[in-house]
Amino acid sequence: MNREEIILAIKDIITTIAPDEDVGSLKNDVRLREQIELDSMDFLDIVMELRKRYGVQVPEEDYKELATLDGCVAYLSPKLQGKVLKVGV
Amino acid sequence: MAQNRYDAIVIGAGMSGLAAGIRLAQFGKRVVVLEKHALWGGLNSFYKRGGRRYDTGLHALTNFVPKGTKSTPLAKLLRQLRISYDELNLHEQTWSRVCLGDITLRFANQFGLLAEDVAAAFPAEKDAFARLVDEVRTFDAFDAEAPVRSARAEIRRFLRDPLLIEALLVPICWYGSAREDDIDWDQFVILFRSLFLEGFARPAGGIKPFLDLLLARYRAEGGELRTRAGVERILFDAHSAARGVRLEDGTELESDCVLSSAGYPETMALAGRPTTEADVGRLSFVEIVHVLDRTSAALGNDATITFFTTQREFGWRRPETLVDTHTGVICCSDNYATHDPQRDGVLRITSLANYDLWCALDEAPYRAAKVAAESAILDAAAAFAFDPRPHRIASDMFTPRTLRHYTGHIGGTVYGSPHKRRDGRSGVKNLHLIGTDQGLLGIVGSMLSGVSMANRHALMETRANQLS
Ligand SMILES: Cc1cc2nc3c(=O)[nH]c(=O)nc-3n(C[C@H](O)[C@H](O)[C@H](O)COP(=O)(O)OP(=O)(O)OC[C@H]3O[C@@H](n4cnc5c(N)ncnc54)[C@H](O)[C@@H]3O)c2cc1C
Repeated sequence: MNREEIILAIKDIITTIAPDEDVGSLKNDVRLREQIELDSMDFLDIVMELRKRYGVQVPEEDYKELATLDGCVAYLSPKLQGKVLKVGV
Repeated sequence: MAQNRYDAIVIGAGMSGLAAGIRLAQFGKRVVVLEKHALWGGLNSFYKRGGRRYDTGLHALTNFVPKGTKSTPLAKLLRQLRISYDELNLHEQTWSRVCLGDITLRFANQFGLLAEDVAAAFPAEKDAFARLVDEVRTFDAFDAEAPVRSARAEIRRFLRDPLLIEALLVPICWYGSAREDDIDWDQFVILFRSLFLEGFARPAGGIKPFLDLLLARYRAEGGELRTRAGVERILFDAHSAARGVRLEDGTELESDCVLSSAGYPETMALAGRPTTEADVGRLSFVEIVHVLDRTSAALGNDATITFFTTQREFGWRRPETLVDTHTGVICCSDNYATHDPQRDGVLRITSLANYDLWCALDEAPYRAAKVAAESAILDAAAAFAFDPRPHRIASDMFTPRTLRHYTGHIGGTVYGSPHKRRDGRSGVKNLHLIGTDQGLLGIVGSMLSGVSMANRHALMETRANQLS
């Protein structure tokens, strides 16, 4: 997956776990928590969905890497290499 | 995976067990919820008698917030379980009140009513009360490492008038204190928010549709529920870690993750571990339900819940007698903005009771004691609502004995052990506590407990457990 696809993948996961949030206008370099209501339970869900959809494992120690969309891209790029974007699952 | 091997085993199909089950199944874990009884729901279940369906405990779903309110316990819970707000089909309370002798404070789903009544009854405390409320709004009540503090002592830092302190403690202890004469400060904060800053509602049709929703959700995610499947004991491996459970019928199920909602002393008993008397709560209840031939409003009471004490002294402790009629909770389940076609009046009254005394009675004296307790309670409560007896169509009553039978709680407790284990640790590897004795109470609270403990002990991965 490339950068755009990873961002789409994360936005799609957020839509699944928090259908009432608007992901359209999310900025890439601002902490997700500052833009929409996401608490630590929601971050766990992002991680669990990454695992369910893409088989990617993220240990608790690394949750902080997912704080922004840019952070997600940097951290997940190697793990998502060669994987296919799944949206609307 | 072998047929009797699971990613997680949940003991108890109460609110916390079902919520934990949904979370685990949602992420593809192989999970089984084991329930001793034929029905699910635990303390918030339902049963049929004389062709009529009764809820076992439902007074109010606390933590009510309007649709779209974010970051509250109800909103978090729904998000975690992926249930939409509309599916709950909630109907709001009219208003409720605390009566401390001749002092009455009303409250509703808008906080302003309580603030007004406090200011009217305790003008000198108006500003101090506002400061207490600010503290309650901002305090971090979910820090599992924080030391246990007395709510009374903390409230005294803000309020001076002992009657106002008492009046606030009445509904809060009634809806969740496992400690006599006090409550843990963090629990006070959580309950204050859930009762006063948030509010009360009732799922249309009572608890059954709500439970149907949870169960359907759980099954749709692939979860397995076994009823009449009481756990007889916890099984251990050679390193004293839990490795599964043995059921009463001899079946053995294996898992490295056992979540128990049976209660702390009860779970320790299943594990063959000692506990002390101080781990067992002392508070038990009787509850009377009356179905009426007309609505509660027609009988002159349009409050949803009334928490009362007949004197200006509360006395949240085990009575020396079978029941204590001087304090109680009156719930008129028909006083919700509901459109249920079947709109009988329904009155419930809950009173404190002494477990040991009820259990010492033989069958005939037990039945006589129920009749006597019922009439004493109805006499006391009539001053705060109405006397339902002339309008009774049907009625039922439970005692500490019923509670013990249906919950398995030692001492017939409702709110469990006075010593909560906020991190869910049981002291046994692979065995974790959820629900009542983890520290969160009520429907929303115990479900959040199931969710957060499932997250922490069964879903979240750390580098250490990824390697193993
Ligand atoms: C009369 C009454 C009224 C209430 N009213 C309200 C209300 O209006 N609003 C509200 O929010 N809360 C109310 N509550 C509180 C609420 O019901 C509880 O806080 C909540 O349901 C607790 O859920 P739980 O899952 O922690 O425990 P429980 O409901 O106790 O569930 C535990 C389950 O484990 C099962 N179990 C125990 N031992 C075993 C074993 N060895 N093997 C298998 N299964 C076992 C039990 O049968 C039970 O089903 C009320 C409680 C009572 C008693």
